[in-house]
Amino acid sequence: MGYQWNGQDIAADEEGYLVDLSQWNPELALLIAEDEKVNMTDEHWEVVNFLREYYDEYQIAPAIRVLTKALKKKLGEEKSTNKYLYDLFPYGPAKQACKIAGLPKPTGCV
Amino acid sequence: MYIKNDPSEATQIDPLEMPALCPGAMEGSNPWVASPDHQASCGFPGELVDNWQEKAIEKMGELLTKYRSLKVYLDSCVKCGACTDKCHYFLGTGDPKNMPVARQDLLRKVYRRHFTLAGKWFPKLVGAEDLTKEVLDDWYSYFHQCSQCRRCSVFCPYGIDTAEISMAGREILDHIGKGQKYCNEIIGKVHTIGNNLGLNKNALRSTLEGLEEDIEDDIGVPVKLPLDKKGADILLVTPSADFFAEPHVDGLIGYAKVFHAAGANWTISSYASEAANFGMFIGSYENMREISLRIRQAALDLGVKRIVFGECGHAWRVAYSFLNTLAGPFDFLDPRYPVPQHICEYTWDLIQEGKLNFDKSKNDHIKLTFHDSCNVARATRMGDKPGGQFEIPRAILRTVCNYYYDMPEDTIKEATFCCGGGGGLLTDELMDLRKKGSSPRMKALQTVNQEHGVTHMAAICAICKTQFAKVMPNFGFERDSILSVHQLVSNAIILEAPQDDE
Repeated sequence: MGYQWNGQDIAADEEGYLVDLSQWNPELALLIAEDEKVNMTDEHWEVVNFLREYYDEYQIAPAIRVLTKALKKKLGEEKSTNKYLYDLFPYGPAKQACKIAGLPKPTGCV
Repeated sequence: MYIKNDPSEATQIDPLEMPALCPGAMEGSNPWVASPDHQASCGFPGELVDNWQEKAIEKMGELLTKYRSLKVYLDSCVKCGACTDKCHYFLGTGDPKNMPVARQDLLRKVYRRHFTLAGKWFPKLVGAEDLTKEVLDDWYSYFHQCSQCRRCSVFCPYGIDTAEISMAGREILDHIGKGQKYCNEIIGKVHTIGNNLGLNKNALRSTLEGLEEDIEDDIGVPVKLPLDKKGADILLVTPSADFFAEPHVDGLIGYAKVFHAAGANWTISSYASEAANFGMFIGSYENMREISLRIRQAALDLGVKRIVFGECGHAWRVAYSFLNTLAGPFDFLDPRYPVPQHICEYTWDLIQEGKLNFDKSKNDHIKLTFHDSCNVARATRMGDKPGGQFEIPRAILRTVCNYYYDMPEDTIKEATFCCGGGGGLLTDELMDLRKKGSSPRMKALQTVNQEHGVTHMAAICAICKTQFAKVMPNFGFERDSILSVHQLVSNAIILEAPQDDE
């Protein structure tokens, strides 16, 4: 599987996660989101941008709790619950948001 | 919380209901195949080898010599049928190949063809078959529709362990180059980084520090989650999901509060930051051993006296049943304590000694039941009495909750159902199977919801927790109806705030 962006073939694994993370860009994120049936709003971008910042620092996606805490600081109580995240990313904030953010899939018993 | 509430359903729910037979219903169910890199990280060939038939038979022969149990299981089935309706995947899918006997026969028929006299000479008379491409495809599909939960084994008059047969099937598949992505990618991460998640030391440290802040903000007590602390008494080995997912992390907070209340000097290790041992799922002794040796190494490096395992079902099976063989002897640990010890045993001992105080009313918004995780229930024990693995978690829950109700007797304890995601099947591409396989457990939960108004279910396994959080909405429960046992401990435990120095 893969994505067609700007005349290029962007490789992805069986589930649509990018193979080469450095190929990510915001337009590609929109393409991935479209495949996931997620309509990207500013709220979605807040999450995606935080995931990318965290990944840059720690080379892994943040725990859900780390994500909700960061959102709470930035956007307040209402926009930091698990329910809020699931409303944005119905398949689950960890996996679906990571995919759109161009991060590897969290593996393990998660 | 249960969302639907239709009293007319009450008498219709039967978790053990025999489904209508649907031959071939799950034929297309296959997990992703491991990439050459994932295969290599576990020591297996990258892709299906050219002479795979020959290699598969050779491997089967090796396993039959190495594990006498496997030969006994393959020889002794008399097709009595006692196991047929005991598998949650059969009950959920109706696919006859998910009857444990039929799933076993996928391997047994090839065994008979190559390793029994009758099968070599009169294959058709004894149901012996060659290993064709079709049979190989069936192996890949159906040995990944067994969560190795061993419920069927409880009902088998010969004690045939289907899990061992599925493990052997997967081990043969790995050795001919057709491994499963989910397990093998994860095992590779444990070998290189130390845990299933791929959580490196910096990220782990930052996560733990964040949790310390959260706890102090929440209750005003500086509960610590130490990492790589040399000279600690206790090494906590817990599934890496406890650092990442919900409700797992609430369980981790619970362990930390218990250690705090006990005044324990404890630590987590970044080198052995994983309790789960996926080597078992693929039947690979070598991988299982390598993962276990990390725990031994961490215990030695940190100079601990005890090893305590967090809430993780398969981890506890490997720890309880195999750790000493795989990575022992543990003669450097304090002999006054079990090696290893389960966090539930640790907490229960403290409760009995009167060292923990609780305000049970903190859990009064919850009407609770307990899901016995398959590997804990049928492959281990806790405490020093038979059945301790059933009684100790329940005793803890009754200590911290006022409202506790068991699900029907034939769906719990020794007869418990798998969550539907165990044994290396907790992967997204198997979601259809996972939902169907969870239905017996979910129906049992619905019965206590209707009889007693049960709102939540607790578990002591990372896989169970993730699986239920995912599938519960399909059965009328909210995602957060699944809880960690130590989450309930965490809610109710009373910790003394530090005295103000000024």
